[in-house]
Amino acid sequence: MDTVNVKINGKEYSVPAGSTVLEAAKIANIDIPTLCYLKDINEIGACRLCLVEVKGARGLVTACVYPVNEGMEITTNSPKIRAARKTNLELLLSNHDRRCLSCVKSTTCELQKLCQEYGVEEGHFTGVKSEYPLDESSVAIIRDNNKCILCRRCTAACTQLQGIGAIGANDRGFDTHIASPFEMPLAETTCINCGQCVVACPTGALYERDDTKQVFDAIADPTKHVAICAAPSVRATIGECFGYEPGTDVEGKMVAAMKALGFDGVYDMNLTADLTIMEEATEFLDRFQNGGKLPLITSCSPGWIKYCEHYFPEMTENLSSCKSPQQMFGAMYKTYYAQKVGLDPKDIFFVSVIPCTAKKFEVKRDGQNAAGVPDVDVAITTRELARMIETAGINFRDLADEKFDQPFDIGSGAGAIFGATGGVMEAALRTAAEVITGQTLEKLDFEEVRGTAGIKRASYKLGDVEIKVAVCSGTANANRLLKAVEAGEEKVDFIEIMACPGGCVNGGGQPVQPAVVRNNVNLREKRAAVLYNADKNLLNIRKSHENSAVKKLYDEFLEHPGSHKAHEILHTHYVKRGL
Amino acid sequence: MKKKLTTVMFRGTRAQEEQLDAVIAELRDTQGAMMPIMQKAQDIYGYLPIEVQKMIAVKMGVPLEEVYGIASFYSQFRLNPTGEVSIAVCLGTACYVKGSGDITDRIKIKLGIEPGSTSPDGKFSLECTRCIGACGLAPVLTINNDVYGRLSTGDVDGILAKYM
Repeated sequence: MDTVNVKINGKEYSVPAGSTVLEAAKIANIDIPTLCYLKDINEIGACRLCLVEVKGARGLVTACVYPVNEGMEITTNSPKIRAARKTNLELLLSNHDRRCLSCVKSTTCELQKLCQEYGVEEGHFTGVKSEYPLDESSVAIIRDNNKCILCRRCTAACTQLQGIGAIGANDRGFDTHIASPFEMPLAETTCINCGQCVVACPTGALYERDDTKQVFDAIADPTKHVAICAAPSVRATIGECFGYEPGTDVEGKMVAAMKALGFDGVYDMNLTADLTIMEEATEFLDRFQNGGKLPLITSCSPGWIKYCEHYFPEMTENLSSCKSPQQMFGAMYKTYYAQKVGLDPKDIFFVSVIPCTAKKFEVKRDGQNAAGVPDVDVAITTRELARMIETAGINFRDLADEKFDQPFDIGSGAGAIFGATGGVMEAALRTAAEVITGQTLEKLDFEEVRGTAGIKRASYKLGDVEIKVAVCSGTANANRLLKAVEAGEEKVDFIEIMACPGGCVNGGGQPVQPAVVRNNVNLREKRAAVLYNADKNLLNIRKSHENSAVKKLYDEFLEHPGSHKAHEILHTHYVKRGL
Repeated sequence: MKKKLTTVMFRGTRAQEEQLDAVIAELRDTQGAMMPIMQKAQDIYGYLPIEVQKMIAVKMGVPLEEVYGIASFYSQFRLNPTGEVSIAVCLGTACYVKGSGDITDRIKIKLGIEPGSTSPDGKFSLECTRCIGACGLAPVLTINNDVYGRLSTGDVDGILAKYM
């Protein structure tokens, strides 16, 4: 690799040629503050917080987009720089509502943190302020332009990662603001509720609809039986809200905290991930062997489902009819379990904790009410669960590990890896392979579909048939792949698509990490490693069809995968939305 | 924010869409094609309502928001059609100090439309302009090609009545 020699704050460093000043400074262990910069997707030098001095340059330069060259002398910290950064922060604040006390991002806000570091004066610049109504139209995501600093990280995520562009910059000059075309409410756009804008936002301008009050109220209601189940990836991330390093598995503490909150049952969604595989693998084999519609595309990700309905309405027939693990859980709880223990489904309040904002939309979809009442009453994100734990005064870090409640306590390794891109495909392949060949699979690791690449392709010979599979995450990648499939350029039998880049571990409901972490730590990989470790080292069962709890569900209730009853309870339908 | 959809019904024709298709086919692969395409679309339709912006977005394979972002950035793009009776009130400095703000308010009340918009039947549209260079006649307004100067708010109803 070509390198250049630069001087940063008087010390010599050798850095890769083509680096920006920001990247070079990182090598020198110096964090230059940024607000608008997100690596690869938003490199626009707009917020002017990363100003540094470069010898010979006219004025201060923006480190995030300024390339280094041989012999460059850079100063990252001087009275002139600090004054300029402080002024720029005060200018941002001059058109910001500064209502930190009631802000969901207070204490984790990147703007707030910098304002404290630079000792800004709140009212330094007074004048006309913009006032915008909240956009509360969406069931999943709320936008508050009064807290927006126009960094465009959200629009970059929406456009570049997801290929949607439901929001962008409208109008001009002082009137510039982030909104949808023709000022349409978010709920009326092609927004898929993925929440990638929320995890990209440095301030409190974008956040999930908070449903925690409903959950607290239900717990306090003696007439309600309140149960909760945790999605595979939540245990891999919720620790981040309590000061753990990204990639720390806190399953036992998470379970203990949910029990301490007072839920009547605390369950593992890995189990219904396994159930999904039983149904989906059966559906795939049926379509594959009997000339059904192919490629079959997975349906666990509600962001992806809405994307498909908007952008590929003709391909909704390719979607698996399986409900997502979340919905399957609620459906089984309010039918099978209610019957078993003699509960009226109307008295059950079923909560799921998920890494996802789109699941809030999913719970309200048609065809998600197997017992005549909604399968799931409320879906809360990882962040909301963490907030509930904090509000309840539970010392998360000091909790002793506890286990999920029976009879929904067993999940296989295949269910665990659902939370990462490629995980659903791998889980399905483990089961499909054994069904097709009738033999025990020797090698359970399908390495080709693992990893954080946006699109992965593989071909597997199972017995004497060959199955071509593809895996993609991030809907912009899905668009690329499906266009090729539609055009007949690519032939695939089975596709896994997750709306969020990297899968659920990087979901829009996950703990928000500041840009300095996002830009320098591979969160997707670290969080996914928790799931693959559980699959490999912690769980006794690694195949969905060997999960005894799942077998019991079929024996006692569902009969067999793909049965009439299974279809009534575990499957759903889609709509063609168009643009 | 209120939705910025025009209240005037869209009356685009197949022939107009074919013209737009031809423009897009000609320009789509050139760099910075959006501006000229949107300008020509406005030439074809007279304005850029959501129906036209959607056509451009779909045909160009870009989000609708990208088109709208551009349309709302540049004042040359119109979201409302020009009315049969196109009223422009000068809000240049001289006219403004002589009371053209009050004149605008009277027109708003009389026609029930805001500056920058068009009445639902497409008959009247109202614009506020910068100085039109007739300061000697301040305050001044134009209706199509007619110029009315040295106005007071009391003149407004009578002038509008001529076009009703």
